[in-house]
This record gives sequence, C-alpha cells and structure tokens, in this order.
Amino acid sequence: MSERVVGTVQRVNGPVIEARDISDAMMMELIHVGDVGLVGEIIKLSGTNATIQVYESTTGIAPGDPIYGSGMPLSVELGPGLMGQIYDGIQRPLVRLKDRSGAFIERGEEEPALQREKKWPFVPELEAGVQVKGGQILGSVQESERVQHRICVPPLLSGTLKSLAPEGEYTVTDEIAVVEDAEGNEHKLTMMQRWPIRNPRPTAQRMPLTTPLITGQRVIDTLFPLSKGGTVAIPGGFGTGKTMTQHAIAKWCDADIIVYIGCGERGNEMTDVLTEFPELVDPRTGTSLMERTILIANTSNMPVSAREASIYTGVTLAEYYRDQGYHVAIMADSTSRWAEALRELSGRMEEMPAEEGFPAYLPTRVAEFYERAGIMNTLSDREGSVSIIGAVSPPGGDFSEPVTQHTKRFVRCFWALDRQLANARHYPAIGWLDSYSEYINDIIGYWTQQVGEQWAEDRREIMDLLQREVRLQQVVKLVGPDALPDSQRFVIEVCSLFKNGFLQQNAFDDVDRYSTVMKQARMLELILTYWRKGRDAIKQGATIVRLRKMKVVQDLIKMKFNIENDDEASFDKLQARLERSFDRLESLYEE
Amino acid sequence: MKSSDRSLLAGREYVGVDKIDGPLVYVRKTHPVGYQELVEVVDKTGHVRLGQVLDTSEDAVVVQVFEGTTELTMPTTRVRFRGEPLSLEVSEGMLGRVFNGLGVPIDDGPAPVGEEERDVNGLPVNPTARLYPRDFIQTGISVIDGMNTLIRGQKLPIFSGNGLPHNELAAQITRQAKIRGGESNFAVVFAAMGVKHDVARYFIDSFESSGVLENVALFLSLADDPSIERLITPRSALTLAEYLAFDKGMHVLVILTDMANYCESLREISTLRGEIPSRKGYPGYLYSDLAEIYERSGMIEGRSGSITQLPILTMPNDDISHPIPDLTGYITEGQIVFEREMNGRNIYPPVAGLPSLSRLMKDGIGGDMTREDHPHLASQLFAAYSYVKDVRNLASVIGEEELTPLDHKYMEFGEAFERQFVSQAVDEDRTIEETLNLGWEVLRKLPAEELHRVTDEELEKYYEG
Ligand SMILES: Nc1ncnc2c1ncn2[C@@H]1O[C@H](COP(=O)(O)OP(=O)(O)OP(=O)(O)O)[C@@H](O)[C@H]1O
Ligand SMILES: [Mg+2]
Repeated sequence: MSERVVGTVQRVNGPVIEARDISDAMMMELIHVGDVGLVGEIIKLSGTNATIQVYESTTGIAPGDPIYGSGMPLSVELGPGLMGQIYDGIQRPLVRLKDRSGAFIERGEEEPALQREKKWPFVPELEAGVQVKGGQILGSVQESERVQHRICVPPLLSGTLKSLAPEGEYTVTDEIAVVEDAEGNEHKLTMMQRWPIRNPRPTAQRMPLTTPLITGQRVIDTLFPLSKGGTVAIPGGFGTGKTMTQHAIAKWCDADIIVYIGCGERGNEMTDVLTEFPELVDPRTGTSLMERTILIANTSNMPVSAREASIYTGVTLAEYYRDQGYHVAIMADSTSRWAEALRELSGRMEEMPAEEGFPAYLPTRVAEFYERAGIMNTLSDREGSVSIIGAVSPPGGDFSEPVTQHTKRFVRCFWALDRQLANARHYPAIGWLDSYSEYINDIIGYWTQQVGEQWAEDRREIMDLLQREVRLQQVVKLVGPDALPDSQRFVIEVCSLFKNGFLQQNAFDDVDRYSTVMKQARMLELILTYWRKGRDAIKQGATIVRLRKMKVVQDLIKMKFNIENDDEASFDKLQARLERSFDRLESLYEE
Repeated sequence: MKSSDRSLLAGREYVGVDKIDGPLVYVRKTHPVGYQELVEVVDKTGHVRLGQVLDTSEDAVVVQVFEGTTELTMPTTRVRFRGEPLSLEVSEGMLGRVFNGLGVPIDDGPAPVGEEERDVNGLPVNPTARLYPRDFIQTGISVIDGMNTLIRGQKLPIFSGNGLPHNELAAQITRQAKIRGGESNFAVVFAAMGVKHDVARYFIDSFESSGVLENVALFLSLADDPSIERLITPRSALTLAEYLAFDKGMHVLVILTDMANYCESLREISTLRGEIPSRKGYPGYLYSDLAEIYERSGMIEGRSGSITQLPILTMPNDDISHPIPDLTGYITEGQIVFEREMNGRNIYPPVAGLPSLSRLMKDGIGGDMTREDHPHLASQLFAAYSYVKDVRNLASVIGEEELTPLDHKYMEFGEAFERQFVSQAVDEDRTIEETLNLGWEVLRKLPAEELHRVTDEELEKYYEG
C-alpha cells in the first residue's frame, strides 16, 4: 500500500464511499481506504469529491479516514502461475490467503496473484537485436503439464529487442528482456505483465466463427451448437441446471483453457469444482482437468463490489491466454448476480434507475462484456478465441425481466432451461422449443467433414419432428392419444424415444457424461432409422403397439449408457440389429 | 484520523437526537463514527437499547435501533457509539438457554459466562477452506430420505404456506435425524423471527419431550417484539452455531423460522430510507443479505463440526415465484416445497414431489452411503410421478375411462406413491432400507418396460425380487 494520500472519507454507505479533498487521483484508480487498507476503485470524480467503490466490507470505516492512491487502475497480474489457481473477484489468491489467515477471509489482506518466489523454466524463441512488436512471442514456459505459456511483448510496446535472457529458471519478477522503443526509451520486461481489467486487450483482427465448441452435451452440440468464439446465455429459474450445465461444459468441452467465474453463487459449488476437477482426466490430453482451469470465486456472501469486478477479472485472464493462441471458454455463473451488483452500487450512488431498479447503462455493460468474446487473429498472428457462456438467473424464472432480455440482444445462442423439464428430472433441462443457435449454419461444414453429409439432414428432420410433436401433444391433451392415427402416434413415440434416449444425459454416469461427435451422430442416425423404417411399416399396416414392443427399442433407449464413445463396432451391430428387426416385421406383414 | 485515535472517542455520549423515523434515529455532528458500529441508545428511563450504524457521514449518522424507538424523545435520548461492531459473547453454556434476538438471556437464568466475543456479522468462509458435504442424514421421512436427501452441512429450506405443517415436519426432523453409525455430539440452534408464542412453545415442548432441550439454544424474537430485532436474530443464532460447530466440533442443526418475517423487516428499513426497490418493494440487496445468512452453513476442512440449516419460510399467497422463496431457492442447496392441495387430501408431510429438490443428494447417496439402487430409484420415481401429473391433467379433460390401460397403471402408481410412500405418521421413523423398499413396491404398479431410469440388474434384484 502506498503512502500517497489522495483524499479523505466523507460518507460511508455500504460498499460506496464518498470522499473529499481529492488531490491527484485519477478515474478508475485503484485505492486503499483507512488504516486497514481496504481495496477500492475510484468510479466518479467531481470537483474535489470522488465516489469510491470498495471491494471489501466497510464495517468500521469512518469519516476522516485517509484514502491512499496507487497510481494505477484496477489491474490483474498476467504471467506463469495462473493455471490451476483460484482467485477472488479482484484476483487475490484464495489458497494462499487461507494458508496465511485461516478459513475465514479477513479484510485488508494483500497477497500477490502470481507467486513471487517460484522459478519457471523459460525458453527464449528470439535473438537479441531483432525488431519486435506488441504481442510477439519472446519465449515460453511450461506452466502446467497441459499448458505451454507463451511470454509475449506487452500489447502496446514495440521496438528493438536489446536483450533476451538465455534458457533458464526465472521468477516472474526477474528481468528477461529489454526492449527499446522508437523514442529510445528502454523497457525492462519480466514474465509478468499487468492489464486493467475493464479494457479489452487488443488483437489484430476478428475472424469468422466456423468451428463448434464441442461440449460433449448432445442437446447442445446436436441441436443448439455454440461456436468457438461465440456467446451463449443459459437462463433458468433456480435449480433448473445452469451450474450443472456449466460444470459439464467446463469438464468436457474441447477448449484449451477454462476460466470459471463463480459470480455471487454458492461457496460449496466452488469447493465441488476444486475437489472434483483435479481428479478428472481430460479425455483429449490425459492430463488432470485442473491443469487447464482457472477459477474466480466471488461467492454470494463475499463483498458485492468485488462481484462486479469478478467478471472483468475473468475475461481479462481469458484474453491473455487467447493472445497466446489458445481457445478459451469462460463460464460466468451467474451474470444476473453481476447485474445485481451493478444495481446495488448504482442505488447506493443514488443514480436514476431504469427498469426494475437497474441502472440505465445495464445494456451497455452487458454488450461490452459479450463483445470481448470472439475468434481472433492475435497480435502474434495466431488464432485464439474466447467463448462466453453466461448463466442468467431471472427472478421467478420469468424471461421477460431486464437482464435476460438485454442479454438476449447481445448473444447469438440461447439455451433456455425449462422448469417443467427440470421438475421431471429431464436433464439437461434445455428446452427445444425456446432455445436457439444462430451458429448452426456456420458450423455445418465442420460436422459434414467429421461425420458426413447425412448429419445436417438428420438434424433438420429431428427438429421437425419435435415441432410436430408439440402440435400433436396439444391434440392429445384435448382428446387423448387414442384419437390419433398410428402414423401420428408414432411421431410422439419417436420423440419420446429421442428425449429419453438422446436429449437426456446423465452428468453422473461414467459413460453418458459426455459424447463424442461420432457417438452423437450415430445415435441420431439410429433413432432416425427407427423413425423412417417405422413410418414405412405403419404405411404397410404395422401397428404402433407392434413397433413399440420391438425389443431393439430398449437397446436404443439405453445405448447412451451401453455404448462407449469410440465404440463404432457396437453402433454398427445395433444398426444391423435394428434393420433385421424391421425385416422380420415386414416379412410378417407381407405374408 | 487514525483509528487508534478514534477509539479514544468511542463511548462518548451525545444527548439529544435530530430525527426519529420508525426504527431509525438520526444524530448530527458526531465524532467520526464507523460504518456498522454498535450503538447504545439510552431512553429517559435509563434503559439501553442496542443499535447499529447504517450510514455515516460528517454531517449525520443514521442508526437503526433493534429494540425499536417506541417512547424515545428527541431531547432526552442519549446515544453512545461503541467503536466496534455488534458482537455476541458465545459459549457452550448457552445451550439449554433462551435469549432474545440480540443474545440477551430472557429465561431468568444467570448471564452465561462468555468464552469469546464474536462479531455477529461473521466473515465469509474462504471457499478453498470448505469441505464438500457428503454425509447422509437419515430423517426417517421417506420423501426426504428417498428423494430429497438431507446432507450434513446442507442448507435446505422448507417452503411452506400459512396453516401447513412445517413446524411439525421441522420438529420431526429434529427428533429423528441421525447419521448412520454416527456420533451424537450435536446441538440445535433455534431462531424465531416474528412467529407467535405458541409456535415457540410448540418447539420447546417438542425438544423437551424428546429430551434434547439441554442441547438447544433458542433465540426468540417473537411477533410482539420489535420487528427490527429480527434482522439480528438469525445472525446471533448463526454466530453461536459457528462457534459450536467450528470451535467446539459439534454438529449443529439451525432452524430459522420464519424467514418471510425477516425479509419483511428488511423491506421496512429499506423503504424508510427511501431506497430504490427492486421487486415487490424488497431492496435490491435482498439476495446478498440472505446469502450472508444462508452461506453460514457447511463444513470446514480441519474442523470436525458442521452447520446444517433448515430455514422455514411461508410463501406469501403460496407463490413460489415471490421474491422471498425465489431468492432463497437461488441461494440454498435445494428446497422442500409444501403443497396445499396434498395437505387438503390429508397427506402428511404434504411435500410436492416435483418442485422439491436436494442438490447435495448426488454425492451422499448410493453404494456405501445408502444403497446402490438409490440414485436410479429416486430418478425413476421422479420421472414416473411427473408423468402421473400429465395423466391426471388428461384424465380431467377426457375422463378417466378414456385413458389407455398404461395410463391407468400410472394413475394407480400415483395414488400408491402419495398414500404409501410420501404419506407417513408424525412419529413414524423409517429406515432408509424401508424407504427404498417402499419405493420399489409402489413402482411395481408399473410394467418393467416403463422403467428406463433403472438398470436391468436393479430391476432383477429389487423389482422382481
Ligand atoms: N445434467 C444434469 N444431470 C443430473 N442432474 C442434474 C443435471 N442438471 C441439473 N441437475 C440436478 O439439478 C440440480 C440443480 O442444478 P443446478 O445447481 O445446476 O441449478 P441452477 O440452475 O444452477 O440453480 P441456481 O440458479 O439456484 O444456482 C442439481 O443439484 C442436480 O441435482
Ligand atoms: Mg447455480
């Protein structure tokens, strides 16, 4: 904490402090309040007064207490040592805080985000004397078994590389390079950089979104896919499965790096991740899932303004790895708690509210956040992406509320969780009528290449059947199923098979918890084979009862549990059995 | 000013206040007073009422007075700022005793000897220090043990309505709860907020008759006590609970009733201060405020105790989307939801099958914890019961006679599920095996092909067997 006093406390109202006698403080400057040194940020300057948002409980702070300046905006530390860590909303390392002061979080604690003593093996990739530009890779560090950390020139710096450290072990504060800029100023570089969390990091160029982020969740990948660099909202009332869905994606998706932001949610959910992830093995690399994960935990009982910051802390860390050429996926659970933090702070500042007490700038903030997603050509001329998966917790589960509505304007994919499905324990409870993905046309090419032309057609057909089923169910509700002809009852039958055997996915089952692209495509194909052949059989006189009683139907329902991800042979066998069953059925009718 | 200098001013007394508005007292021109500082407000009879600083500036300090402002006068009221936050002296000796919401004994016994002084607001638990709760608590109630399992360290509220038997259920859980083969180092902390005397009496009698009263500490802020005191009551209770659990290694069950009254007091203060409301007049920070209470539960690594919370709240108009149950559901680890219609059909406990949920159940049941078929059985019961609801709707439109034979079977299953599985006596204590076997028994009303959520082996062993 610096000794530069920049002002004095005048009024304390929860996390918002009014200050007077402001001297040379700057907007968004990181400051410390009182002798305990609570961390805060200047959010408004007016004459000699300032408004400060404090990231810790302000209990005991009184008028007259000093305010110390730091001379820099609220920033995160970027460098080796982030991977596998758990931070609070302003990047304090929670494990080291615990080691130091125990199970409860005290106030005014300071602890650097990156460990200062640890030495990292640095391997240079350039020679001194060359010209370097912002973002260019100087060398690398093996940060975890999984992640090679690329040390880049800070984005806004370019010039001549005067020196570069030889291969060896360095701490994050050791000098590893010197760059001389055009004005002849020398900049000493370490493996650590700082970046203000509220500013997006620069890139060379946005690129088109063409590759799906494969999540292993069938309802998502097959029906409502997200692309790498895309944005999606998961709205749903309490207990409908937002967190479980995000956990499942964090575990099984094919991103290189996961940033999981627990924003105003439960403490035990973070503990759950912390205990489970290190034990789980990433199927693609064979390394522990924690090796690619960074957690930001600002739980509901932690200070509300740090909750507001946590979202930006998370996205800045994600951008930093994107700039190294990685595909990063962010889970933000829940963006509603972040919006509520904005509302609370705005209320304390006595700003004019817009809808439901939210400040008028809510939509701008939501848009700015989601705009930080994208697939980019980085400054180092690599491809990297940030995908954002934001949970939304609408009051009363009502999607017409401001946060859901504004989020909907700025995301291109929407996984609407359905209370009825959740109540029936149909998980994931992503409703197929209200959900959508605008990425589907962009990523069909990927699927065609992976599993063939048929997929797009199969997908279209099942979507179609689901729509037809809704209309038929309306009729059933009025007159009962017996009133429908078998050809229509069969539509309902196939949809029910699809829901039970395909859409429902048990996150706790060792086989079912994620499905590869191949498995998803084969399952879909089998269910549609049953549909097409069954439809023809009915035309030839088969009855619905007959079709329902076919033994192979049970195998279709349970294939998600019984056939492993890469077991093509079993799918072939099931396909053959299905066809044989129909052959037998037909021969019965032909007689 | 240095805080060390400020402490010299702590305790300085101001005579006369500048404004009294509901439970709020405004004092102008004080020394620098800290946010949330403890305040003593002395009325003209010399009686001391406790309060807390809500807003502090160089011009004025706003104090909320927990014991209310009735009969305070502006010129004679004296105010002392204590220079420290509101705290509670905690000790094991508080078990077996009755306190008001601020922790002052009201049972005529001597003041317990405090072992330690604790800030009632507590501190947030570092998430890395938590231990994920996994131990199954057998409550002896089938619909809970079988389908909404309670786990030690969980916060699981009861969403009820006026006149529904939530007190009976909470008392039954308290009487019957046990860890299988577990130890008995347990305590109950009971906090009543705005409930009537007879409710408090009911619980006390129930604790007494089951012989646990000396393990219970009661914090009572009843319907005729100042409503503002309710804001501190759960905090006092949880401060003691944390001490017992994390310092004394006890397994503490905390019952908070009725959280709806707590929220109303919060709304009252917020409205008085002219804050911008969010939904239904409740302040925008209701979620964070409730989280400060509910998150004070769970387990901590390296400490042997636990806090299990059983908050009770009556849903205004039985409306689960009302902000109080809604925000609670967003914080707690599931909910037990009561249904008036089931109560009307004399089903006790009237637990609605579908909206009830225990989120921690997944890690506390199965194989070596309850029985291997438990997860699939529970899932199957939910799925089948959910279909029953559809069939009942259909039957109400087209008539029961028109249902298919299969749907008839579902109707029978629904009846059996509610009458045999869910329904039980207030003093009936079923083992988990009895509960699970009963679950299979009602499932036998359905043909095996309908049971997609259980494995073939389970069918063979429990359905046919
Ligand atoms: N994919 C799934 N597989 C199995 N169970 C699930 C799944 N999704 C949700 N559940 C069940 O639903 C419960 C609630 O899910 P979750 O915690 O994700 O809800 P949420 O939408 O995040 O709720 P909240 O808004 O209150 O945080 C889980 O504890 C689990 O029992
Ligand atoms: Mg959640």
